[in-house]
Amino acid sequence: MKTFNKNLILIALLIIMVIVPLAINKNAEFGGADGEAEGVIVEVSPNYEPWFSSIWEPPSGEIESLLFALQAALGAGIIAYYFGFMKGKRNSADNR
Amino acid sequence: MKKYNKYFLVTASLLILITPSFAHAMHIMEGFLPPVWAAVWGVVALPFVIKGFMNVNKIVKEEPNKKLLLALVGAFVFILSALKLPSVTGSCSHPTGVGLGAILFGPTVMSALGIIVLLFQAIFLAHGGLTTLGANTFSMAIIGPLVAYGIYKLLKKQGTKGGVAVFLAATLGDLATYVVTSIQLALAHPDATNGVMASMVEFLSIFALTQIPIAIAEGLLTVIVYNLLVEYKKEGGNLIENLQ
Repeated sequence: MKTFNKNLILIALLIIMVIVPLAINKNAEFGGADGEAEGVIVEVSPNYEPWFSSIWEPPSGEIESLLFALQAALGAGIIAYYFGFMKGKRNSADNR
Repeated sequence: MKKYNKYFLVTASLLILITPSFAHAMHIMEGFLPPVWAAVWGVVALPFVIKGFMNVNKIVKEEPNKKLLLALVGAFVFILSALKLPSVTGSCSHPTGVGLGAILFGPTVMSALGIIVLLFQAIFLAHGGLTTLGANTFSMAIIGPLVAYGIYKLLKKQGTKGGVAVFLAATLGDLATYVVTSIQLALAHPDATNGVMASMVEFLSIFALTQIPIAIAEGLLTVIVYNLLVEYKKEGGNLIENLQ
């Protein structure tokens, strides 16, 4: 099978993997798993006090999502650069 | 060649700087490990990290043609850790992305890349933490890559097809990270009446269970990149030919 078709199938599977949880848990909160872990710590050792706290935090959810989008965009940029570079290499080798 | 190096450093540090806190649901929160455990995991993680930086240094110096590929595996970790995915448990978590790099460059290289990400996140993004850095490094940047690498090698020896081996390696490496996180939390916070095992079950039910579908998603994503690398193996160099 061609790489393109193989990856198309894999991407379709990936999309299903993401949609199924959303479809079967319509009322779930989809919060972070670390927040839940914090709840368990409070439960099993109620006297535990975190002895150190974060130096800085993003001021709002908007700022967080800004950084989040930038992070994904830059990572994708590097990967696209890599494969674009490889494709260019192949094309120029073919034309020689 | 020098230019790649510079690009890699600049983009890597940019990515590290802006990696947002909420994208990392798995790291142990700042201050949530007692000082004794913070120290224990720090000591355990240190030799792996030192070896990792030595190996990265060696690649950059001796095999400059692999630097672009090194940037690719680093970028893969950044993208995947930005992908907060919903799980069937009704909560969210994200993949680690360390499996791909571990398969290509060996596990210790990912220990070095991993601790850089974790450190900057702790400082700038209120995620994970400085006091939990050792523990988080051990789970994400040491055990995850080791498991992925070991499973890949084992399956290849048995003649498993490349794509299948990569899928299982990346998926199980991802899952191993979260299992280790659960164990670390349970050791530090045993249940008052039923001990370590009871609280381990609690933490596993949060982290590991949530992570199963997300680990599978990481496996699929890793195979997609693997397929592309194989497609361009002639252009990409000998490291990728070894993959097949």
